[in-house]
Amino acid sequence: MKSSTRAGEANHWRRLTSLIGLLAVLALVAAACGSDSTTAEPASDGSAEDGAGSGDSDGTSDVNDLSITYIPKQLNNPYTNVVLGGGEGGAAEAGFEGIAVVGPLDASASSQVSFINAETQAGTDVIVIAANDPDAVGPALQEARDGGAKIVAFDSDTNPDFRDVFISQVVAKDVALIQVELIAEQIGGAGQIAILSATANATNQNEWIKFIEEELASNPDYADIELVATVYGDDDDTKSFQEAQGLLQAYPDLKGIISPTTVGIAATGRYLSTSEYKGQVALTGLGLPNEMRPFVKDGTVTAFALWDPAQLGYVAAYAGRALAAGEISGAEGDTFTAGELGERTVGEGGIVIVGPPTVFNAGNIDNYDF
Amino acid sequence: MAETIGRSGQKADWVRLALSRDAIMIYAVVVAVLFASLRLERFASTLTVGFLLLDLIPVLLIAMPMTLIIITGEIDLSVASIAGLSSAMMGTLWEDGFPIWLVIVVCLAIGLIAGAVNGILIAGLGLQSLAVTIGTLALYRGLALVVIGDNAVASFPAGLTSFTTSKLGNTGIPTVMIGVMVIVIMFAVVLHLTPFGRGLYAIGSAAEAASFVGIDVARVKIKLYVWCGGISALTGIYWTLRFSSARSDNASGLELTVIAAVLLGGVSIFGGKGSITGVVAAVGLIGTITYSLRLERVSDVVLIIVTGTLLIVSVVAPRIFEVISGARHRRKLSTQLAVDRSAITTHTRSTAHRKEE
Repeated sequence: MKSSTRAGEANHWRRLTSLIGLLAVLALVAAACGSDSTTAEPASDGSAEDGAGSGDSDGTSDVNDLSITYIPKQLNNPYTNVVLGGGEGGAAEAGFEGIAVVGPLDASASSQVSFINAETQAGTDVIVIAANDPDAVGPALQEARDGGAKIVAFDSDTNPDFRDVFISQVVAKDVALIQVELIAEQIGGAGQIAILSATANATNQNEWIKFIEEELASNPDYADIELVATVYGDDDDTKSFQEAQGLLQAYPDLKGIISPTTVGIAATGRYLSTSEYKGQVALTGLGLPNEMRPFVKDGTVTAFALWDPAQLGYVAAYAGRALAAGEISGAEGDTFTAGELGERTVGEGGIVIVGPPTVFNAGNIDNYDF
Repeated sequence: MAETIGRSGQKADWVRLALSRDAIMIYAVVVAVLFASLRLERFASTLTVGFLLLDLIPVLLIAMPMTLIIITGEIDLSVASIAGLSSAMMGTLWEDGFPIWLVIVVCLAIGLIAGAVNGILIAGLGLQSLAVTIGTLALYRGLALVVIGDNAVASFPAGLTSFTTSKLGNTGIPTVMIGVMVIVIMFAVVLHLTPFGRGLYAIGSAAEAASFVGIDVARVKIKLYVWCGGISALTGIYWTLRFSSARSDNASGLELTVIAAVLLGGVSIFGGKGSITGVVAAVGLIGTITYSLRLERVSDVVLIIVTGTLLIVSVVAPRIFEVISGARHRRKLSTQLAVDRSAITTHTRSTAHRKEE
């Protein structure tokens, strides 16, 4: 009897302490989000007031107190980080007061919805999103728009019903043309060239190759250039390396190679830089500056192209600002100024093209880190 | 004995109630909600109620059968995959032109069958539930991929999808919450007010003993897994309509959130202990903390660390206190024993003394 009472007491004691333990954890959590909110507060205060303001007056009132939030497909992705870096820079330049980046850790279809909801509630003026699923984010984005937010899709489009504009990388044809232009320049406008592609059925590669072939056939400036072969390195480093080697053995008069894939151009660059063809056979295509830097420095490659992912986020910021300020509505033909990149026009279906692709050479390659 | 209970029982009853694990979880939710309302300017609004509950519903639904399963000492890791499979089936069948009611019925049936497969493998063949459901976790997700591939179906009837996210008047409470509450209450009644429910605790504490007193352990377990499959499929349907997108990767990872909530709610992973109240409160607590941190734009990296820590503390803390109070109890017992022994010695001595006289 006595011991049962004692056990009961011990039980109470245990529960009391576990209550204290739980409260301590809560306090920790509270402290964690408390300390964060002190840093985030000035921005979010502003956005809350402004959210209400822009909702009422359709975003034309106070353009100096706007907030913008980027929601990428997922956090901690190197490519995304470059895009977001450009976005944050652009947003600051465009004069946004509150700038935030939130996003899920996994790129599943529905993981972005609760982040959109939180932004709706925060009264954020501009939500910039790279949708994991064009439809799953739809209802949440609609709710955000009902609350007065402007929606800018970038990188990966949502269903057009749920956003104001879509910021797209580049036009496929521009990508093809710049590569032809570069190779023509590098081989002096005449001679044999070859293409080293990724896989034989890659949609974007084939689209570019088609445009390259058309341009070579139709443009009189390129009449002396002969495309002798198209080979496939399957975006595999070793296979691309071997294909490059094979091309030079099969075509001793080859003057240049176009490789419209980052893996292919890097592998070909590596082969050329260690062979007797270094500086003799031109190489261009689409490459990452960080991978291509040594080949540009040692003279293997003169110039190559790629879009600058940072510009994607940068243009998105200015598009968002123009929308929130009521300067554009996202209709075809609207124009806005995207900071130092100049004027951009909203095309068919609310699509804004960031391009043209950036050309990297010994003069500018050190300005890029991706 | 009766006297003791009567005397200290009066006080002990409400003290025990006020300090029970369930009550502590409820305090924690109240504290979290109060704190968020006072500290975060935008938290206290009907928008929060709506978004928060819509986010919670999948976890809350699956937590119900999961609670019962864990109380019997088993586990089901395949729940999120069953939800994904039902979502994939829903998309494919709807696209093939079947009427929506039939699609929903078929999806629920698939959930029940998937659950029955789990149940038969575990209870019928006596295999480890952990091993079986890790297998079916992969299997059902794989089937979802076979069914729908990397497609996404989004063309569900607008009336149905907007009903799923509709709210009751101006309260912000989602309409579907009524159905969810009915399910929660049903599970609470089954667990706490029926002989079947009491049998679950018996199975979790000692399965062999339970079968000796006439509980058909295998039958009970199969039943639980079938229910779990059904509720998981229902969650998959809700998920599909809420996000108006049927995809094979829907609800992936949900099983861990559910199990975390159930354990945080005081259900013992070893079976035999737990209550629906505690689990509902835990789902609310995790939801509130998650939502508050998101509202403050705290990175998800921090979020998973917080929920992870919360779970570990909730599992480890009671165990530590158990060890401490166990030690304290033993110490008291040995002191008691020493006192008793000396009393006996004194007594013997005095008797001997008396005898001498």
